[in-house]
Amino acid sequence: MAYLQDDKPEGGPYNWPSADEATVIGKEHERLDGLKKATGAAKYTYDVNLKNQLVARALGCPHAHCKVVSLDSAATLKVPGVVHVEVLEHAQPGSEINWQGELLVIVAAETEGAAAEGVDALNVEYELLDVFTAAEDLEAATKAGRTSKGGGKVETINEPGDDDDEDEFIEKEIARLFAESKHVIEGFYGVDAITHCCLEPHGSTVEWEGDKLNVYLSTQNVSGTDEGFANSLGISADSVDVTCDYIGGGFGSKFAPDYWGVAAARISKATGRPVKLMLSRDQELKIAGNRPSGYVNIKLGADENGVVQVWDSQQWGSSGISGGGVSHTVVPYVLVPKNFRRKSTSIKTNMVRSRAWRAPNHPQACAMTQPALDDLAAAMGMDSYDVFMANLVNASNGKAEVYAEEMKVGAKLIDWKKNWHAHGKGKAKGSVVEGLGMALHTWGGVANTSNCLLKIYPDGGVESFCGTQELGTGTLTVCAMVLAETLGLKVSDVKVNIGSSTFPVSGASGGSTTVGAVSESHRRASQDALRELLVLAAKELGVDALALEAKAGRIQSKDDANKGLSWKQACKLIGLKPLEVTRGHRRGDPSPLSSSGVGGVQMAHVAVDTETGVVKMKRFVAVQDQGLVINPRTCASQIYGAVTMGIAASLYEQRIADPKSGAFVNAELEDYQLARIGDVGEIIVELYEPESERARGVIGNGEPPAISPVAAISNAIANALGVRVPVAPYTPKRVLEALNAAGRA
Amino acid sequence: MSDSKQHSGSRSSFDRRSFLKGSGAVAAATAAQATGVGAGEGQAAQVESGWKKIQLTVNGKKVTVNVQPRTTLLEVLRYQLDLTGAKPVSLDGSSGASTVLIGGKPKTASTTLAISCRKKNIDTVESLGGENLDAVPKAFVDNDALQCGFCTPGFVVAVRAFLNKNPDATEAEIRAGLNGNICRCGTYVGIIDAAISVAKGGA
Repeated sequence: MAYLQDDKPEGGPYNWPSADEATVIGKEHERLDGLKKATGAAKYTYDVNLKNQLVARALGCPHAHCKVVSLDSAATLKVPGVVHVEVLEHAQPGSEINWQGELLVIVAAETEGAAAEGVDALNVEYELLDVFTAAEDLEAATKAGRTSKGGGKVETINEPGDDDDEDEFIEKEIARLFAESKHVIEGFYGVDAITHCCLEPHGSTVEWEGDKLNVYLSTQNVSGTDEGFANSLGISADSVDVTCDYIGGGFGSKFAPDYWGVAAARISKATGRPVKLMLSRDQELKIAGNRPSGYVNIKLGADENGVVQVWDSQQWGSSGISGGGVSHTVVPYVLVPKNFRRKSTSIKTNMVRSRAWRAPNHPQACAMTQPALDDLAAAMGMDSYDVFMANLVNASNGKAEVYAEEMKVGAKLIDWKKNWHAHGKGKAKGSVVEGLGMALHTWGGVANTSNCLLKIYPDGGVESFCGTQELGTGTLTVCAMVLAETLGLKVSDVKVNIGSSTFPVSGASGGSTTVGAVSESHRRASQDALRELLVLAAKELGVDALALEAKAGRIQSKDDANKGLSWKQACKLIGLKPLEVTRGHRRGDPSPLSSSGVGGVQMAHVAVDTETGVVKMKRFVAVQDQGLVINPRTCASQIYGAVTMGIAASLYEQRIADPKSGAFVNAELEDYQLARIGDVGEIIVELYEPESERARGVIGNGEPPAISPVAAISNAIANALGVRVPVAPYTPKRVLEALNAAGRA
Repeated sequence: MSDSKQHSGSRSSFDRRSFLKGSGAVAAATAAQATGVGAGEGQAAQVESGWKKIQLTVNGKKVTVNVQPRTTLLEVLRYQLDLTGAKPVSLDGSSGASTVLIGGKPKTASTTLAISCRKKNIDTVESLGGENLDAVPKAFVDNDALQCGFCTPGFVVAVRAFLNKNPDATEAEIRAGLNGNICRCGTYVGIIDAAISVAKGGA
């Protein structure tokens, strides 16, 4: 490993070992925190019990739109065990509440039971106001005055001249392009809102030590939430320490302290006792994270090969009270024809604002648009695979060749040729028909900012400190693997410390930015620390530092493994104090260690019962590129997980609002349906990592594999039935409705 | 559109009052002492009320805990015994995250009242760890059957119980028999592999 280009003991250069040289990176390694999690020893925020703590519960607003008329907590204060009642500022009498579940009052008590009883004893009078939640119904939204013009864009090869009226020109140009198209299809597609549904709800346990606040927070943003607490509480950020050793799911919803976290700190200050406040299950679903809905009418025109030449779409949807919906910027998705017009309408509903959900906008955009491509294939009587392949010329991210290769790999794994049949023309077994579908996606995955303090102790111990967090993605293990690789040690020889805001700053885990971030900081710190150690060892051995390497627990000559020192002997040369190196990477800086921009192709094989409308997963194939893979095992797990989540969003999951009251009627896990172990069928994951990918360095993959499942499954259902079920989730009811509408039931 | 509505509370909890409400005359008779601590063991009354100390056997050890009739086993484990492996995910038990073994049978601690557990052996996920590491948690690690890990303890106990009953379970039986638990991160493929590996190993 040619780490040294000169004997300057710091500042790079930085690089990764080749596939042949690597001893740890690229090899499967079990996750280091696995046994703690599997035996209940891992302490999550919800599990942190501080001495003398109070447990708090909150009253969530039962109405989707109302005014708080009066609020009486006298009975609550009489409940045995209740210690403190806080009416939140936005819930004072006279306040308007715009969505169901919004917390109004927090009750802190000696036990969870007493807090819950205290909440039940609250007496609140509400004045009900007009409610609108039907984001899927554009006509109703317009009538209710809930719509506003969203963004849009037009691109045409022929552009209007100086004298042309632009709108008129575009209208005519698009009409002309459709008239000239060999094949024209129109369709309606959509995706309902779903929630993050973290199994560990949002919340914290907090305590004050004098003027210093210690927060145990369930967060994806260990280094970045102290300021949020500090600003809200009027103290400085250095007076706030945030700890999160384990987090029970975030998926994009846990970046901030949230007002309930700040309230817990206030109550703790007021009572002089630690306070634990975690949301209840229904509150978690109602207010702590959801994904915008999106619906679209699409007309597209294609040439004789099925390559789309013109696209015209009108979409609508909602991100809740502030309007919004799926961003128009990702419609059409990945495969962007040269001529397109897209318009969007934003709808305001009485629902809490959405939060970032694993690959914001992309899963919906993929599911709203790629079924149109599949419907084109059906209309042309072509194999969908061939139509997707032909349309790779429209790939907007320069990854046509990667997609083509990934499609070939995927087709083999799902046995596309053998299992393919024309839409609706498969052989039925009783009432069951099978079908194939595919979709493809893109994502960034740039490395976030990250810093790592590395200490090598004179006794040979190695310890790192980094303010990142372990979301279950395998971050902790990746950090240790990078250090072990660089220092020629075993993974068990290094100790990685993460999960505290007292450690060097590392970015929030959002946008698939973490594995790149920590690989950057840990590789940089360890490469530079090793350089210092090699210089010391070179002096001792009387050789050039450039001639030495760290390998198999030794610092030794590259030419003669017998000439060298054991790791421990080498570390003795450090002296009395540990060798300390802090290195970092700033998001966006060019680096040889990380990169961004991935593709990914997924294919689904489903069976649909036309009598019951039930869709069953048979097989699902995910082919994913992500540059250099550090730990193939946890990398693959990310993809298995993303696909499983995608199966839930395709077939089961949906936030159901009562149209009259706006109530979120299925906000408990018994009713909020998720995929279970018997629902997922066979999932095959293929890490696409030819040398061309490996050479790009590390890229995050937490989000990209979560994008395509809904579109791929939608297309597989359409292939099975010969009928499109337009809106996800594709529940039995909707399957039967679609068959009815097509006169097939 | 505007009308007025009175509301008290957004959620129903199994509290002492509703427990008593459903118990007619006995409830009225005991309501007076309802808030007192330590109503004393061994009363012959049909309805128990107030705080009282009871003895439980958890992971082979006898422990004394302080409960009300409404206190769930999950609250006792998590707040009094600091056994936080069983998780509060869905208080209706539909996630299976609080699964423990009671008398060898898998039950969700969130839907089990602590007072109903006297004289029964309670085994939590913590009993499968430590020095006598059970094959199931080990198989979870070997097959990367966990991500965030919040559902994992409940799943580990559910798999242990399932394999105790079906030691030679096939893959099809495993896929059909473990649908009481939810994982949000999507670790089912790993869990299936883990369960298969233990079934094959006969552990």
